[in-house]
Amino acid sequence: MSTAAVNVNRSLFKGLNLRQKTLLILGLTSFLLLAIVVSSLFIDNESLPTDFGSKNLSPSLEHPFGTDWMGRDMLTRTLKGLGLSIVIGALASLISAVLTVILGLLSSAGKAADSFVAWLVDLTLSIPHLLLIILISIGLGGGAQGVIIGVASTHWTSLTRIVRAEIKQLKTQDYIHISRNLGKSKWWIATKHILPHLIPQILLGTILMFPHAILHEASVTFLGFGLSPHEPAIGIILSESMRYLSAGYWWLAFFPGLSLLIVVLTFDLIGENLGKLMDPKNAHE
Amino acid sequence: MSLKGENISFGYKKNNLILNNVSISLDRGDVLGLIGDSGSGKSTLCKILAGYENNYQGKVSIDGKEVPKKGYNPVQLVFQHPEKSVNPKWKMKDILNEGSNISQDILDSFGIKKNWFNRWPNELSGGELQRFSLARALGPETRYLIADEITTMLDAITQAQIWNMVLDIVKERNIGVLVVSHEKNLIEKICHKVVYFKDINNVKHY
Ligand SMILES: Nc1ncnc2c1ncn2[C@@H]1O[C@H](COP(=O)(O)OP(=O)(O)OP(=O)(O)O)[C@@H](O)[C@H]1O
Ligand SMILES: [Mg+2]
Repeated sequence: MSTAAVNVNRSLFKGLNLRQKTLLILGLTSFLLLAIVVSSLFIDNESLPTDFGSKNLSPSLEHPFGTDWMGRDMLTRTLKGLGLSIVIGALASLISAVLTVILGLLSSAGKAADSFVAWLVDLTLSIPHLLLIILISIGLGGGAQGVIIGVASTHWTSLTRIVRAEIKQLKTQDYIHISRNLGKSKWWIATKHILPHLIPQILLGTILMFPHAILHEASVTFLGFGLSPHEPAIGIILSESMRYLSAGYWWLAFFPGLSLLIVVLTFDLIGENLGKLMDPKNAHE
Repeated sequence: MSLKGENISFGYKKNNLILNNVSISLDRGDVLGLIGDSGSGKSTLCKILAGYENNYQGKVSIDGKEVPKKGYNPVQLVFQHPEKSVNPKWKMKDILNEGSNISQDILDSFGIKKNWFNRWPNELSGGELQRFSLARALGPETRYLIADEITTMLDAITQAQIWNMVLDIVKERNIGVLVVSHEKNLIEKICHKVVYFKDINNVKHY
């Protein structure tokens, strides 16, 4: 079985070099995620009719993911939920990336600023992550806004740490000293010499932040501290389905959970392949 | 008119002085050789003279005045490894003109070709890169050049070529050069005076 799969894999990729293969995987995975988001935009309440005549149906050709206790199609609900998750993940990751750039540049400005950034990282890391998101989310009155800000304002730490270490290393480089000796200011050096080295790291870090952000949003929502119950989020679907699990309606949790896992793994795949593309060994820039 | 380092003491770690009470003076137009054992602190002294290190004791001055911390430093340092002296993400023309627009004269005398300008640093040889590093360091405001083993990794012919170019330029512009090298032959050939590092550094070696 598995050798057959490998063979198919080989013949599928035959004639492609590593770079092309990587690009192909990147293209396919990005397309999948984009398709989920776009299709979820076209799903509104009308495409999710309540139909008590067909409630709690197990998976069939007509309803591949089954239906829930109100007769709604679970595939449609899952798609809608995943779309929302990806959008929230995107927002949270973007905000985190912006925070990272700001804090990174700040930490390259001087010793005092750098200690401040380090302190901020340690402070944020000293509180359990999920708890911090919940606290921020509740503090902001919950809802989509609370979750997004909660998730966004807690995911910058690891990337900021990496960026800080990278900056430290860069600052010992001869060409940075030379630049200073050629009369360039700190700010000039930070933006012209240091930032270009950080951009690939930050790009990659942002993409790898996605799955974390999505899972955190889902778990906070699942626990009831995130998105409100009438929102079509995956976390809501999962927590609802828990009530029906004992009744044997396994598909209510299984397919949405599996889909979430696939989306998360897809992001990892994108990050991994992007990392390969940007490997400094084969990039001359 | 001279660059002076007076009574300079420095160690990377406490209680481990690498430079002890070192004094050195370089006049404009002079070519001064500095010879010393590996690991004895020559590069460290060069960095201090060029303002790369701050936590030293003693005084570095030009014509009796402290070297300004901001702006173009009239004391420019060129290293042994040119590939570390250039940002790998910059094109050669940006690297060359980072400090000032380097004149065509200098490009010509270093034999820097226009078609190298759009390349990345890893697309040039060490010798070619070193020409860029030197040209970049020889902007119009440069008064002193500190050459820390700048041709150690090059073959004899390239080494001679590069030094001929440098010596022409510094003579014309009345720039003072400190030549750090292990090669006595080279130092004897190009330097007006020679200083032995162990004679000016009072670190005791056990
Ligand atoms: N950044 C640093 N941190 C700690 N120790 C250092 C650092 N740079 C150099 N040293 C140490 O300082 C001493 C002097 O080094 P330096 O590079 O100045 O010697 P050098 O005379 O230039 O040697 P060489 O002829 O081999 O280039 C060495 O023992 C070295 O290990
Ligand atoms: Mg040295």
